[in-house]
Formats: sequence, C-alpha cells, structure tokens
Amino acid sequence: MCSLTEIVISIFLILGTFVVFSGTLGVLRFPDVYSRLHAATKSATLGVSGILIGSFLFFLFVQDLVSGKLLLGIVFVLLTAPVGGHMISRAAYRSGVPLSEKTIQDELNSERDYY
Amino acid sequence: MAVQLLINIFIGVIWMFLSENYSFGSYVSGFIVGIGLIYLLNRYIPDEFYFLKVWAIIKLIFLFIKELILANFDVLKWIYKPKMNFRPGIIALPIDLKTNWEINLLANLITLTPGTLSVDISRDQRFIYIHAIDLPDTNETIHSIKETFEKAIIEVTR
Repeated sequence: MCSLTEIVISIFLILGTFVVFSGTLGVLRFPDVYSRLHAATKSATLGVSGILIGSFLFFLFVQDLVSGKLLLGIVFVLLTAPVGGHMISRAAYRSGVPLSEKTIQDELNSERDYY
Repeated sequence: MAVQLLINIFIGVIWMFLSENYSFGSYVSGFIVGIGLIYLLNRYIPDEFYFLKVWAIIKLIFLFIKELILANFDVLKWIYKPKMNFRPGIIALPIDLKTNWEINLLANLITLTPGTLSVDISRDQRFIYIHAIDLPDTNETIHSIKETFEKAIIEVTR
C-alpha cells in the first residue's frame, strides 16, 4: 500500500532528517564558533519543522486527528532557536573567542572597548 | 487599530447570536462579514483599515518562509563542499528601525535566515552586527537585508 499521502509524508520526514543530519555535519566541519552556529541554528529550525509537519500530516490523514500541539511546536522552535544562537554568539564574542583565520573583516572590533 | 479589532470581534459575536448557531464556524463567518463592514464604513471609524496591517503580517511570514528555504540550500552547499574556501566576516548593518520590538524582530529574522547571524547590537541601537558565512560583497549583503526584511517590518509596524 503506497498512497499519495504516504509519499508526501515520507518526503517531509526525509527532508527534515536530511537537514538535521547536514546541520550536525556542519557543526563538525566548520572552523569556528560563529560559523558552527550557522549550521546549528538552521538545522534546528528547518529540519525540526519539516519533521513536525510530516507528523502533523500523518495524524491528519491517517488518524483523522488535528494536532495543534505539533504546529505550536514549530512556532516555539522558530521563536527560541534564533534567541539561543544570538546569545551564544554574543557571549562567545564578549568572552573573546577568536574568529577563524579565514575571516576577512571584523567591524565589531570597534565596540570591543565597551566590554 | 485596536478599536477596529474590537468592533470586528463584536460584529462576530452579534452575528453568532443573530444566526442562533453558537459554533466556531458561525463566529468566523460573522468575523469575515465584519471585515467587509469595516472596509465599507472605514470613513467613520478612526485610523486606517486594519486588515491592511494583517495583510502585511501575512506577507512578512511568507517572505520569511521563502528566504528560510532558499537560503538553507546555501548553507547546505557549504557543508558538503570538499574545500571550505568561504570567507566569513562580521559586518555592521545600519538600521532605520526605532523601537526595541522592531529591532528584536529584525535580529531574530536575520538569525533564522541562513548565511547570516546577528552577533551584537551597538550601544546606540543604530547598527546590528552580523556574522555572514560568505562575504563576496559587503554592500550587496547589506542591501539585500535592508530591501527585504527591513522594508517588510516597517510596513507592519508603521
């Protein structure tokens, strides 16, 4: 049995898992804190929302259940992930974590006197 | 804005009572009728037609989803490239937004779109410092953020 809804649900789940996997790989491969945060915050948003949308569709079509909690989960992930990323990068910069040597430009350097 | 929303909610309740059908569906249909009524009688009610604001919020949400998906592929590209020859950097983005609420929204949206990460906000709240993962052209990055997100946020809040 392989209906259209199952195919759509699988696509959402696979895409979500793929993005989360790539995010983890990015955390391992990127050179410094700031570029690692790029990978970490993005996989947390797009990947998790993909998986949650997939499970929302599963409950909607297979079990005839509108699950508002899953949609709320997406909203809260979207609300909290950027705040976490911003705070980590800010704390890293203020405590003097160096940028990788590939960095071509650092305009925040002028504000360092205030810290 | 708040007055119009209250009137609209009230019209929805009245519609529900008049049709003697106390369900969510009849409330929604009354609410939609209320939107139409407020649009027609807009001259007599203070402020601009509030649904324009709601429309701007919906446009901002769709713009954000588009940017989120498009730019995710950008970061995926860097993750799977065998040679990591990107050039990251921190740039200062000058902002025209005034209130804390608007700056908060812009900083969060910048972080959520891949390729850019808001690191800090200057003391006088005139710059957001952004860490970009690849900086071929500083001016172009600043321009694209100002053209898309800042414009949409101003449309919502003013």
